[in-house]
Amino acid sequence: MMLKVENAVVRYGAITALHGISFEVNQGEVVTLLGANGAGKSTTLRMLSGLHAPSSGTITFEGQEITKVKAHLFTTMGISHVPEGRRIFPEMTVQENLEMGAFGRKDNYDDDMERMFTLFPILKDRRKQLGGNLSGGEQQMLAISRAMMSHPRLLLLDEPSMGLAPMIIDQIFGIIAEIRKSGTTVLVVEQNAAQALRLADRGYVMENGVIAFSDDASKLLHDPRIRAVYLGESIE
Amino acid sequence: MSYFTSHFSTFGHEFWGLLVGGVANGVVYAMVAIGYTMVYGVLRLINFAHSEIFTSGAFASFFLMKALVGGSTPTATESVIYVILGVLVGGLAGALAALALERVAYRPLRRRNAPKLAYLISAIGASYFLFNFYGKEFGRINLSMDAPFTNNTVFTIFGAPVQMYYIVIVIVGVIMLVSLDRFVAKSKLGRGIRAVAQDAETASLMGVNIDRTISLTFVLGGFLGGVAGFLFAIPIGVVYTMGFTPALKAFSAAVLGGIGNLRGAVIGGLLLGIVESFSVAFFDGVYIDVVAFAVLVLVLMVRPTGILGERLGRSA
Repeated sequence: MMLKVENAVVRYGAITALHGISFEVNQGEVVTLLGANGAGKSTTLRMLSGLHAPSSGTITFEGQEITKVKAHLFTTMGISHVPEGRRIFPEMTVQENLEMGAFGRKDNYDDDMERMFTLFPILKDRRKQLGGNLSGGEQQMLAISRAMMSHPRLLLLDEPSMGLAPMIIDQIFGIIAEIRKSGTTVLVVEQNAAQALRLADRGYVMENGVIAFSDDASKLLHDPRIRAVYLGESIE
Repeated sequence: MSYFTSHFSTFGHEFWGLLVGGVANGVVYAMVAIGYTMVYGVLRLINFAHSEIFTSGAFASFFLMKALVGGSTPTATESVIYVILGVLVGGLAGALAALALERVAYRPLRRRNAPKLAYLISAIGASYFLFNFYGKEFGRINLSMDAPFTNNTVFTIFGAPVQMYYIVIVIVGVIMLVSLDRFVAKSKLGRGIRAVAQDAETASLMGVNIDRTISLTFVLGGFLGGVAGFLFAIPIGVVYTMGFTPALKAFSAAVLGGIGNLRGAVIGGLLLGIVESFSVAFFDGVYIDVVAFAVLVLVLMVRPTGILGERLGRSA
């Protein structure tokens, strides 16, 4: 087991955002966290990259407890986070944004940058442009490749399809599939449940800060509870 | 003949002299303004104790010069060495004061997510503590500094003499400002500073240690502020309250150029120095501060975000 979360509680002041959630992610899997706005999906990812330490419970990554580890140490441990809303550094160039992704590395990363430019030729064309001037789709590609610059073994993706056109969303999910093929484990939070479940092996459904139920992605895709709440008429 | 015209008639002759003096003062303001603007860039707060960082650099280099020069007349080689040592010691004293200030006055508040007003009070408290401490330890009278070099006229521009003091300021200042600009724009740590200024949380996700980056920002700004204190003190000496007015003006220069913007601080500093200098040609010398602040208010009325008005995040 790669990542194990046990009874994690996260509080924002007086508000409890996560009421003791437990779940796990296995090596090589794509796991998705589904749920309505405010269910606690983003909080879960923020907890998993040290931005919000749980007030109780434990997080174990590759056998090591990482519950209280600070955010800036996560990339060197092998966990990389693509935050909600992409959070590109707007006044840095595309190349500088990629260099930021490799900030924790002490070795040479020129090859990795070239690899990102091969994967995303548009980023190579725009390497000298400021991140803030890219389109939403380009920013998402940059956010993902920036996260990949640290060679993560676990990639956390928060709403990668948010605000993007359907054609771009397909492209982004294609990229996530490629990343998984290359051996990186992926935990993805998505509003777009249908697309996420088609990509994922397993899914957890969150409601009001707890995990309501979980199953194989193929089963969740046909689960009436999911279809009613998250998919509507979007399948078939 | 009216006061105004009598001064105006001499303006042509004085132009170059005033420009040289203004540029030199402006470089000192710019070096202090950089400290305000960098801290604002990463923390969105004004370090109102920066004046005491300036004073720390001045006092440290004052004692160094006393030990090195001690009333003698330095040779040319000695002068070069003394200036370099003065820059290093003044800068280090400024950097240490800034580092301590961040640890004691700001970091505990940051840990507790204190409101901005708490930082302001903390800064004012730290500032009063420091300058009163200097007053108690080193006396409350002005002490003149042992000059590290003889202030000869080195050359003339269109008849206006250019003294060694101005040359030293411009050389040291340009080296400092250009090095800092390149460091922030090109180095990895500089990129970390810019990342924190643009989006601190995302910077931490990339592996940037926010606490260390904030300390580095204080150290860099403190170093330049300390060096400015040394340069400023060479002709006029040191006194415990010496930081107040130049730092207030440098803060104004930082706002004038666009707070949070490195090059804005340099432009604001130079502009303020030059305007002040030329105001002497038009008005009486006692109006120098009135003119400087009137220009500040006028510029901010037209451009509320300052001349450049961008952020520390920008690399060039």
